[in-house]
Amino acid sequence: MLEANGLTKRFGGLVAVKNLSFSVRGGEILGLIGPNGSGKSTAMRCVMGVDPPTAGTVRFQGREIAGLPAHKIARLGVGLVFQHSRPLHRQTVLENIKVALIPDRLGMIFHSAEIDDQARAIARRVGLGSVLDRKPPTLAFADLRRLELAKAIALHPQLLLVDEPFAGLTASEVATFSGLISGFRAEGRAVLLVDHNVKSVAALVDRAVAMYLGEKIAEGTAAEVMRDETVRRVYLGGALTRAERGKAIAATGAPLLEVRDVEVRYGKALAVQGVSLHVREGEFVALVGLNGAGKTTLFNAISGLVAHQGEIRWNGAPLAGLTPAAVARGGIVQCPETRELFGDMTVRENLDLGGHALPDAERRERLDWLFDLFPILRDRASQVARTLSGGEQQMLAIARALMMKPRLLILDEPTLGLAPVILETLSRALHRLRATTGLTVLLGEQNVTFALPHADRLYVMDHGRIAWEGQPERFEEEAADAYL
Amino acid sequence: MARPAWLQSRPVVAGIVLLVLGALVPLVGSGYVLGLLTVAFYTAVFAMAWDLLFGFAGEVNFGPTFLIGLGAYTAGILDARLSPHVSLWLCVAAGAAAAVIGGVVLALPALRVRGPYFGLTTLVAVLMLQNMVVVFAGLTGGEIGLAVPDVLSVSATVNYWIAYGFMALSGAILYGLSRSPIGLVLQASGQDPVQAGALGFNVTKHKLFAFIVSAFFSGLAGALMVFYMGTASVGTFIDISVGVQIIVAAVLGGRRTVIGAAVGAVFLIAMGETLRPLGELATLLVSLVALVVVLFFPDGFLGMLRGRARGD
Repeated sequence: MLEANGLTKRFGGLVAVKNLSFSVRGGEILGLIGPNGSGKSTAMRCVMGVDPPTAGTVRFQGREIAGLPAHKIARLGVGLVFQHSRPLHRQTVLENIKVALIPDRLGMIFHSAEIDDQARAIARRVGLGSVLDRKPPTLAFADLRRLELAKAIALHPQLLLVDEPFAGLTASEVATFSGLISGFRAEGRAVLLVDHNVKSVAALVDRAVAMYLGEKIAEGTAAEVMRDETVRRVYLGGALTRAERGKAIAATGAPLLEVRDVEVRYGKALAVQGVSLHVREGEFVALVGLNGAGKTTLFNAISGLVAHQGEIRWNGAPLAGLTPAAVARGGIVQCPETRELFGDMTVRENLDLGGHALPDAERRERLDWLFDLFPILRDRASQVARTLSGGEQQMLAIARALMMKPRLLILDEPTLGLAPVILETLSRALHRLRATTGLTVLLGEQNVTFALPHADRLYVMDHGRIAWEGQPERFEEEAADAYL
Repeated sequence: MARPAWLQSRPVVAGIVLLVLGALVPLVGSGYVLGLLTVAFYTAVFAMAWDLLFGFAGEVNFGPTFLIGLGAYTAGILDARLSPHVSLWLCVAAGAAAAVIGGVVLALPALRVRGPYFGLTTLVAVLMLQNMVVVFAGLTGGEIGLAVPDVLSVSATVNYWIAYGFMALSGAILYGLSRSPIGLVLQASGQDPVQAGALGFNVTKHKLFAFIVSAFFSGLAGALMVFYMGTASVGTFIDISVGVQIIVAAVLGGRRTVIGAAVGAVFLIAMGETLRPLGELATLLVSLVALVVVLFFPDGFLGMLRGRARGD
């Protein structure tokens, strides 16, 4: 029903999807799997026409749709279930569903009874029958997801694209949603699921296509893809090697950072549930988990960017109630996954901003040290940050964080979207940083291979909870299978 | 007893109460009060037309006076040149048409750019129109203003009823449109254009439509106001400060309510006039009230009404 051939999408210099080919038949569920930044969501947006593909063909029911605007593709019979719902807050559930049923004509001045009936039928089908007259802000999270589903299927699409179907849902809700999605397959429609890992959709999909860095790395049944060598390497890393550590870290003593029973909610979704962890002075702790596990949310709670319940203690004193600026001045510096560089400023200006609180002499000294740590940044000093490559931007983001003289550096997902050769450079720089300073680091990563060699201790996070804790040496035998 | 659905909406109830009050004014009000409210009613239409764009289509039009000015000056110039051979009403229709054409010419390229650039484009359009009026002073009267030979009526009461009827009709149409399926699609396009596109809606087409409707009512109101005042000047129809007042009125009354915009406009003009004895202080006080409402009650007057309804 859908056939993509040589699909390619470039954003400026970044190739998000590279020569990707796949097909979905009617009555089939295909999973498009890949870690964060692998290009799976971009591929889906290209099919829907939200972003036009740079090259390649997309044929839907024999018709070429690549390059058509989204509203035309939608009218041809493709529906997209968005991961983040933004319903109309002042309208009821029923009215929100009706929106999706309105024809794309300007002559629709009056509501028709026919649309009303259809909307009610769709609501019953997805299980919203009892909340028709409520407004979205009063709905439970699962019901909001149902509403998104209702809108996407309103026009009876022959192909349904679903972005992370189960994110934020409880086990029983996952079962209900799986049932709904298999229902579409039973009707002969095609479904394309996009998710981070094979495990969560394995029971549902007929076939899976695994992606990494924009390319297809494996295709087959869920079990085949999970057994695939390349896939295992991408998720778990090949040989899990350990870097030799110069000095021994005290395994006892008072923790520098202590997180106890922390909970964070985004509206109705529980992003972090009852997480406890600690980091000692001089320790390198890695928090690994797939995208959506709650790592960034936890970091944001520590940095004071989101409100949390539970206790976070820094150097013995509670952090609750401090502003993000006060937390940063206290010595916790977060290097966010989005990098947050000042794109229109030069490398040098970005670094100077990071060190604006330092006296001039000390700032120069620190700048020299950082330029030694990341020599490429010295060459690029007068270049505008936006024009750097992904790897260079990441180095700049780390360097800028280091300019603030942190006691604890929180590195969130530094490998996001980077090619393997750049990972090596980054890894070496991290190693030198650890070897030459006693910096305490808390690293959030979904790339275990990258995290393992550096870590003194490892936490595995899954669905907002800590699923495993221990020495990196024990990870492969104890936690690797649960992670894939 | 069950009320019909349209009576359960608070904005509608508020609108009807105010219309009834408005209908009683000619019985007690002086010619001065009527004149003031006549201007307020035209301003109310400007603000309602603006709210359709901002509150529903989600586009901030910093240049409502571009559309109003086009309507006002087109109608005024035609009348000044061709009267008495051409009826006043033909000039008004031409004014509305000019605003729609100008609006489309502006919106087609402006809707292609995203985010704040749409607003900036509309702002530049106002400045350009203002300059053109000054440059082509021979035709437009320039900075002195343009005198038109015809007026709607010499009677304050008749003028009042014309403005009142025009406002009530425009309000009903704009409000009805905002509650219609098109209004829903517009709201969806304004909130999340990506999703609206994925649901099969041509977002640009709907936004352009909203812009055309907004331009039509702005131009029509501008043209009518010219024939009420008997003159057209940059200071009353085009100046940025006029546009700011319209925007403040709409936000003050309550975004996404249409009727709130009219309430805000009448309130702003009445306040300004009541406080006029205070001189310059009046403007300051009005601005202060507007600032407080926008900061603490971002949903405006009608939002407060709704908030109280939720409370009890």
